[in-house]
Amino acid sequence: MRSVLAGDEAARTRRRESGALALRYAVLAAIGLIMLYPLVWLVGASFKSNAEIFGDIGFWPSHLDFGAYLKGWRNSSEFTFATYFVNSFLIIVPRVIVTVISCVLVAYAFARFDFWGRKILFGVMVSTMMLPHIILRIPQYMMFRSFGWLDTYWPIIVPSAFATDTFFVFMLVQFLRGIPRDMEEAAQLDGCNALQVLLFVLVPMLKPAIISVVVFQFIWTMNDFMGPLIYLSSVEKYPVSLALKMSIGATEEVEWASVIAISVVALIPSVVVFLAAQRYFIEGANSSGVKG
Amino acid sequence: MAEVNLSGIEKVYPNGFKAVHGVDLTVRDGEFMVFVGPSGCAKSTLLRMVAGLESISGGELRIGDRVVNNVAAKERGVAMVFQNYALYPHMTVFDNLAFGLKMTGVPKAEIGVRVKEAAQLLEMEQLLERYPRQLSGGQAQRVAVGRAIVKKPAVFLFDEPLSNLDAKLRGSMRVRLTDLHRTLRESGHAATVIYVTHDQVEAMTMGERICVLKDGMIQQVDTPARIYEKPANVFVAGFVGSPEMNLHDFEVRHEGGQPMLHWGGLAVAPGGAAMWNLRAHSRARVVFGLRPEHVLLNPTASDCAALPGTLRSIENTGSEVHVHCDIGGLPFACRAAPEALGELAGKRRGESHIFHLRMDACHVFDPDTGANLLD
Repeated sequence: MRSVLAGDEAARTRRRESGALALRYAVLAAIGLIMLYPLVWLVGASFKSNAEIFGDIGFWPSHLDFGAYLKGWRNSSEFTFATYFVNSFLIIVPRVIVTVISCVLVAYAFARFDFWGRKILFGVMVSTMMLPHIILRIPQYMMFRSFGWLDTYWPIIVPSAFATDTFFVFMLVQFLRGIPRDMEEAAQLDGCNALQVLLFVLVPMLKPAIISVVVFQFIWTMNDFMGPLIYLSSVEKYPVSLALKMSIGATEEVEWASVIAISVVALIPSVVVFLAAQRYFIEGANSSGVKG
Repeated sequence: MAEVNLSGIEKVYPNGFKAVHGVDLTVRDGEFMVFVGPSGCAKSTLLRMVAGLESISGGELRIGDRVVNNVAAKERGVAMVFQNYALYPHMTVFDNLAFGLKMTGVPKAEIGVRVKEAAQLLEMEQLLERYPRQLSGGQAQRVAVGRAIVKKPAVFLFDEPLSNLDAKLRGSMRVRLTDLHRTLRESGHAATVIYVTHDQVEAMTMGERICVLKDGMIQQVDTPARIYEKPANVFVAGFVGSPEMNLHDFEVRHEGGQPMLHWGGLAVAPGGAAMWNLRAHSRARVVFGLRPEHVLLNPTASDCAALPGTLRSIENTGSEVHVHCDIGGLPFACRAAPEALGELAGKRRGESHIFHLRMDACHVFDPDTGANLLD
């Protein structure tokens, strides 16, 4: 008798628990949907006509027509979006490479070497994180103009080669501080100099943090609008962010579906990079926070 | 293979703190030398100075016939085993062992041979393809030792290599390391070893000679047996041995030409060398020392002083018992075989018992300098 009662009790508890679980997932799914809806709508809207876009809040298009994608890709300028994507990558790839190299080197120096004024310099570097980038625009513009770098990619890429992305330096320093020094000392005894220690021992261990830097810099550069807007004047050199703005023409009526379609395409590289690096990226972001 | 010679070695940190005070020491070619001392005694600092990981503020360090004060770590011909192994996590065991050889430009074929040799010696051939995260503590320790062996260094440095292992594994690794040292010696490749530990059991069982350090100063350098039997001072006497030596400050009175030790209403005549020393020099006080195994629970024929004491506690480790008691109001520890307990086994805390102090085995130390007066 007792065991039957106990069985009933257990079944009731199980039911209660699964009910609570279902409720929890329902709430999470609802919130997730609200957050994702603009994105879902964006994809849906890329198949709609102007009238549909402004007349209907729902995301489901009345017909599935990829014409807007084709039209958007070709756009009204003399170049297709293929050119603009190539341009974007011409900026992103070198910028990501020089960022990683310069930030790792600077972080290594701050985290592992005792040099005169290290604390003050680190403080100055961290404080520049608070500096709004916009105030550097005018002096930088004048500088690059005197270099003859206007309408080239140099002004967008070169500053990153000097570890000016201080957030990354800070993140790498925090990560490095969490790595015990024994391995570096072992490497030193194994015959490495300071640069070999960095290359053969620290960089492999910094992989999660470096991947975080790559992902952040990739997405930020892909989305950067202000830099290219100021320094680039020839349409043939425009990256995707500028070309998107350009396709919202000022004179003729805008075909929103093609603008939206190309926005969707523009999202793909960032999403792919993020998903590919997700595992390391999250690990890196976590450990830099915890160990710091 | 090389002799390591430290003369007047000093370490002063930038904040002015002096960690090592003029250390003079010679570690002979092929010798197993243990640095032992409490934490903060600068034993690891000294080792790291030999390794080249810590700069030398004063004195001269020689490895072989070379002064190496300003020689980079990689050029000193030393290999080090770290406390937490310091294996490279992104490399397999094979690569961990091979890395040092690669960096010094050893040909690939020879690297393979040397790594295999080391792996055989340490019985870890089956581990070569694994990553450090796939190893147990003992295996990782062996890999760390292997990484040192492959380099065939002139000097091996061990920085508390067993302290991260559990007690049982530590015991077996201890035997393995001493065996390894002997094997290398027998094969004609005797290795000079400097081994740092805070564990006196490791020091006593592994070292051919022990260097006891305190506050950056050498207290005594000698064989384990002599360190135990003839400690140079109160610190060494108290540090080496478990339970530690009974050490108490006693008053000395000369009664009819015979020195007598007084405390808590008791008077005892010292025996052996202590008696002769105290007879020859007039001293008012001494630090008296007696090993726990020289406090006996039962009367014996030898030169013993029978003294009343009260029982505090009995610890039975299985192979031996440690009896803690008060004699003349001062705490004493006694080590004996379990069967020697006799009637004491049934006694409770606070009950009295007659203890027998083997006065012929006692030590006397200078109460001011701490030096052993019998040296």
